[in-house]
Amino acid sequence: MLTVSGIEVHFGGVVALDGVDIDAEPARVTGLVGPNGAGKTTLFNAVTGLRPPDAGRVVLDGVDITRAKPFQRARLGMGRTFQKLELFRLLSVRENVQLAATLRRRHTDWDGDPEAEAVRVVDRVGLGEVLDARVDVLPTGQARLVEIARALATGPRVLLLDEPASGQDERETDALAGLLTSLAADDGIGVLLVEHDMGLVMNVCAHIHVLDFGRIIAAGTPADIRRDPHVLHAYLGTGAA
Amino acid sequence: MEEFLTLTLSGLATAAIFAVAASGLVLTYATTGIFNFAHGAIGMVGAFAYWQLRFDWGLPAPVALVLTLVIGAPLFGVLLEVVLMRKLQSVPEVTKLVVTISLLIALLGAALWIWEPAVARPIDFFFQGDKVEILGVFLSYHQLIAFGLAVAIAAGLRFLLYSTTTGVAMRAAVDDRPLAMLNGARPDRVSMMAWAIGCSMAVLSGVLIAPSQGLRHELLTLAIVNTYAAALLARLRSLPVAFGGAVVLGLADAYATGYFPSSNRVLATMVAALPGLLLFVALLVLPQVRLRAARAGQHVERFPMPTWRGSLLGCLSIVAFTVVVAFAAVPRDAMILAELFGFAILALSLVPLVGWGGQISLCQMSFAAVGALAMGHLGGGGNPLALVYAAILGGAVGGLVALPALRLSGLYLALGTGAFAIVLDQWLFKLQSISLGPLEIRFFELGSLGIDRLDLPLLDLDDQRVNALVMAVAFCLLSLLVVGIRRSTFGSQLLALKDSPAACATIGMNPRGIKLAVFAVSGAIAAVGGALYATTLESVSPDRFAFFQSLPLLMLAIVGGVGSFGGAFFAGVFVRVIPLLGDVVPALANLQRVLPGLLGINLARNPNGVFPRVVRDFTPIVRAPRAIGSLLGFIGLLVLLRFGGVIDNWPFLFLAMGGTVLVPRLVLGPISDRTIDGEAVVEQIPPRGTADDGVPLEWVGLVRPFTAADDALLAREGASPEAVR
Repeated sequence: MLTVSGIEVHFGGVVALDGVDIDAEPARVTGLVGPNGAGKTTLFNAVTGLRPPDAGRVVLDGVDITRAKPFQRARLGMGRTFQKLELFRLLSVRENVQLAATLRRRHTDWDGDPEAEAVRVVDRVGLGEVLDARVDVLPTGQARLVEIARALATGPRVLLLDEPASGQDERETDALAGLLTSLAADDGIGVLLVEHDMGLVMNVCAHIHVLDFGRIIAAGTPADIRRDPHVLHAYLGTGAA
Repeated sequence: MEEFLTLTLSGLATAAIFAVAASGLVLTYATTGIFNFAHGAIGMVGAFAYWQLRFDWGLPAPVALVLTLVIGAPLFGVLLEVVLMRKLQSVPEVTKLVVTISLLIALLGAALWIWEPAVARPIDFFFQGDKVEILGVFLSYHQLIAFGLAVAIAAGLRFLLYSTTTGVAMRAAVDDRPLAMLNGARPDRVSMMAWAIGCSMAVLSGVLIAPSQGLRHELLTLAIVNTYAAALLARLRSLPVAFGGAVVLGLADAYATGYFPSSNRVLATMVAALPGLLLFVALLVLPQVRLRAARAGQHVERFPMPTWRGSLLGCLSIVAFTVVVAFAAVPRDAMILAELFGFAILALSLVPLVGWGGQISLCQMSFAAVGALAMGHLGGGGNPLALVYAAILGGAVGGLVALPALRLSGLYLALGTGAFAIVLDQWLFKLQSISLGPLEIRFFELGSLGIDRLDLPLLDLDDQRVNALVMAVAFCLLSLLVVGIRRSTFGSQLLALKDSPAACATIGMNPRGIKLAVFAVSGAIAAVGGALYATTLESVSPDRFAFFQSLPLLMLAIVGGVGSFGGAFFAGVFVRVIPLLGDVVPALANLQRVLPGLLGINLARNPNGVFPRVVRDFTPIVRAPRAIGSLLGFIGLLVLLRFGGVIDNWPFLFLAMGGTVLVPRLVLGPISDRTIDGEAVVEQIPPRGTADDGVPLEWVGLVRPFTAADDALLAREGASPEAVR
């Protein structure tokens, strides 16, 4: 269970996040949506420690990790992907994923076989055919799946996905929806999903947080969010509500 | 009090010169994103040119100044921008830096060629002898002029950047070059302008420093390189802070010169290293650079995983080559061969660090010096255990240098390591020893340190040929170690770190630990290389390991191809064989001064280095029995001619090398890129959002016609080609 409370991030005089509370329960896909510039990626950076927050707390399964370094958070079970692809372009798909599995074996009490785990995870996301391909020649849609596979290989309990469907076609997005649902239902992973594709979000998320100008303006089930006047206002402007 | 005032005013005058140099550097970096490492060399060449016009040819000072500052320097700057710097927009940081380092080396070589170092060249201060009294302190006109110029330049730059259209365009180009272009700015012109002004400032600082520093090539260059510290304090962005940094440096220099007791040798010699020391300390306390996503839009070099079989084969060929050449050679030539391998090991130490880890080191020769000192002081009688000590000490010093690396990356890291090298060679190596409590660290004694050849069972290393063979074997063993590193998880971690430190952290890797480890490994290999190199030379002096020697090492390693040990071998060949061209063809004697630099500059076009290209060209040859047969026949013929005494050693070597390149081509016909299937060793994949020829994808069809090749790239971006059309 990931609980984030009172997160504040300032860039100079600009308040990017202003007291944000969200949580990601295990075995559930939680959505985080909001217009461009709302602070979604900044929140991910704060939660994963790449940009430590100026205030607030991040708690993972009861452990306060607000002060932990990014790599320590990863070892505690926090995986993430990036909106702007951050693959290891000098390594193959297999090597990308296997490196994560090897580090997992080295730094956690997991004692599986990294090599087999890499193959398994790559298959899981549906990239078995390009196992030994270079990642820098993959289409964006597949490259996003490699990032998910790499994050999965760390054995995450909570998985933060930053726009995994951008650059994917309809077929790929459908497959992604199936994967996300299965990760939550079958593996019990708490998935926190940032996504602009509202169809996907409404489809897979059991709970949604809406972020605008660095504040949470609404939270609830997809049905609640659809009707929320603040959300309509943020997305469609004055008069829409 | 009067002494204090004197020191303060003269320190401020020095600061003024530093400020001129530093602001030129900041200006070019801030507008083009390229740190001009050659800034110091440009200033040095400018000062020599000024001397030529003013003192050798006797032109009046104003005419000489106009010719150098207003005409020569800006023209040179524009030329640099057009010919070289423009191509560097989308290459990795390492390549950018190495190209300007190569420019420094080439300029230094050219200056040594044009202006023979043996000739004394007195250069006067402006209005030599004239001075005024201010607050009871005498200041020379020269100092006042420097001061006035710094103030004028500060005001001029402020006006240029904030009150003219060009200045606004310059600042826009820094922010977002393509965006500035789309809005009608001409970044190329802006860059030209920046390079023109930057070069003028470099030359102005050179002309101002020269009278006090003396017209000596390396020292004058180094004097300007020291001012980089002021620019770095300003994080290469802020002109006012750069001026502030210059004041700190100038005053520190003046007070240290005035107040450090000359009886204390440790302190007295520290003055020369002060800028380097300040820079190193400043980098340690500068705000931490956060993990950041790798910059998009850069070319990716691709180093294939070396196989054990291929690596062993490569090593065996190298040893076989050494046996043939060494035992056909006279002792002096065998010695050159041994030195070649010594240098190649030093280049090899850069492979994990630079090639895979993406870190930059400008102090590799300092690690080598640690190894040489360990060998000299702990390896009496050629005790091979000293190599182990060298590795341990080199690893420890490597780790020490990595301390700033843990916080810094890219350019700052490079300059931090450079500062470390300068501190060692300008300060510590000028001392005989220092005492740290009970520990006494001895350096190069009285300027040069005798080293014994290794004492190995059954082998007589005093025989130059045996020594050359041992060096070749040592190089091969270390190469296999490096191959092992690449094939291990550590190797994958290095490549991952090079590409995306942020992603590394999110899969549970501690990026700092990896950086520390790779610096230690690299330092250890370099120290072993330094120790072996020293045993070959039998006597070493500190100038072998000076900062200015680390630059060509890095450059040649990258020119050779820093992704594999073959590239390191090439670096060794370059450094020891190019000078021999002068022996064989005397007319080329001077060319060797500039040739290495020119090779490095060429990196702008082929950033992957020579070796991968050679491997690529040779892949079809190894598979064609006809070609390999005729090549072996040709070499066999040469060996017969050599042992029959028909040809001499070096013609033999050059013929063998030339034949290796040419004979298979004659047999097979020209090698086209098509014959090489998917096995191309290094390929350049255009970065995302860019077509093969570097055109941004959204411009394809506007600036050039749409081709079939663009389809694939668009598909990769997730766009449907029909939609784009």
